[in-house]
Amino acid sequence: MNLTLKIWRQAGPRAQGEMVTYPVTDISEDMSFLEMLDVLNEQLNARGEEPIAFDSDCREGICGMCGLMISGQAHGPEVTTTCQLHMRSFKDGDEITVEPWRADAFPVIKDLVVDRSSFDRIIQAGGFISANTGSAPEAHSVPVPKPKADRSFMAAACIGCGACVAACPNASGMLFMGAKITHLGELPQGQPERDARVVSMVSTHDHEGFGGCTNVGACADACPKEIPLDVINQLNKDLRRALMHGE
Amino acid sequence: MATNTLPRTGQISARRTTVFMKLLMALSGALFVFYVLLHMYGNLKIFAGVEAFDEYAYHLRTILTPILPFGGFLWLFRALLVVALVAHAWSAFYLWSKAQGARKTRYVAKQAAKRTLKTKWMRWGGVALLLFLVWHLLQFTILKFNVGPDAVGDSPGKLVISSFQVWWVVLIYLLALVALGLHLYHGVWSATQTLGWAGGVRSRRNAKATATVIALVTSIGFALPPLAILFGFVKGN
Repeated sequence: MNLTLKIWRQAGPRAQGEMVTYPVTDISEDMSFLEMLDVLNEQLNARGEEPIAFDSDCREGICGMCGLMISGQAHGPEVTTTCQLHMRSFKDGDEITVEPWRADAFPVIKDLVVDRSSFDRIIQAGGFISANTGSAPEAHSVPVPKPKADRSFMAAACIGCGACVAACPNASGMLFMGAKITHLGELPQGQPERDARVVSMVSTHDHEGFGGCTNVGACADACPKEIPLDVINQLNKDLRRALMHGE
Repeated sequence: MATNTLPRTGQISARRTTVFMKLLMALSGALFVFYVLLHMYGNLKIFAGVEAFDEYAYHLRTILTPILPFGGFLWLFRALLVVALVAHAWSAFYLWSKAQGARKTRYVAKQAAKRTLKTKWMRWGGVALLLFLVWHLLQFTILKFNVGPDAVGDSPGKLVISSFQVWWVVLIYLLALVALGLHLYHGVWSATQTLGWAGGVRSRRNAKATATVIALVTSIGFALPPLAILFGFVKGN
């Protein structure tokens, strides 16, 4: 396959960035999108040019490290992460635009790499349960109904990649937050801090500069883990309850 | 690596979140949904004739009399609507400006912007409805000016019939109704989501169906009297 890539190049956090066009040739359709970028980087290296910086880690779709806006779609045209997107999803001769996640809460560090520490700070604000360390208690001592365990597990599948923010017209992190609220809110261990969690997480989210939710649903469509929009419904409900409990 | 710390500004409270603003918008919007349905139903009285319409308009002023003075209930309800309008617009502009600030560098690929269309319709549609509201209140409530051909006197029914014999007045109202229908569709669905009532696949489908029905019933119901008057099915005398 021969492709034309238009890639965002930015030397550093404060540098002025621009779109640069790179032709790539002899790409196998069995390559992943990141392997295709590796090939381009090898060519750039051979020419003595600066390779394109992008994030990746596990390359098997479970860590949430990679994430690119590919021709206007977060993680590209398939429901998966960028590392698990293969070149067979494109056609020979395609022109592909590659941009970093765009959100002021995710500042660009270099080229396609963004700083997602704002997600870490949201989790630090309430995305946990407080428990004493030591030997784990007997799992069966706290019964969890199966449907609740299933819904909790569904929400826990979030890998924190940030595609929801990237796809949202308001650059809102509500799907990410809703997933954590639902994950912990469905379990008995999550109950003691339920009200404080939602208020603290949403406050941090707003303070980090993410936008509000307008219920468009672009986040759920972009999510590589197929987390549904109803986790935001859960988040709203939890905040309403916290409000009524005087939080 | 340095530890991430975030200086906290202000107090942490559920009242100071974007989700609270959305709740404010949903609840004030719910009042407007109730109001437009009532208003739409009232307008249909024009099909029963000018006399029935005028009697209905007069009756609105005698609700809860003599406990309240003449027109008392109407003024209380108007006050409530103004408060709701301020809350609705304030929360909308607050969230709008927050969203504008959340992505200052735009995407180059335009497909990323496609989904923003709904949001744009909601916001600019809301502004259009606000402008329409000013025109509408001046025309039928505050100044009660008559752009139509007939003499109307003090009769609200005659004013309505005279006004809607003018084609461009009907056009303004039809455009406003398109904006209202779209606003109601996304607004009603959004409100159920914000209030936490759309938690599953089925309840979400129901919420969207309810939103569609309310949007269609309201905009079609409102469109009937102006069209009937313009095409001469309803006459003044």
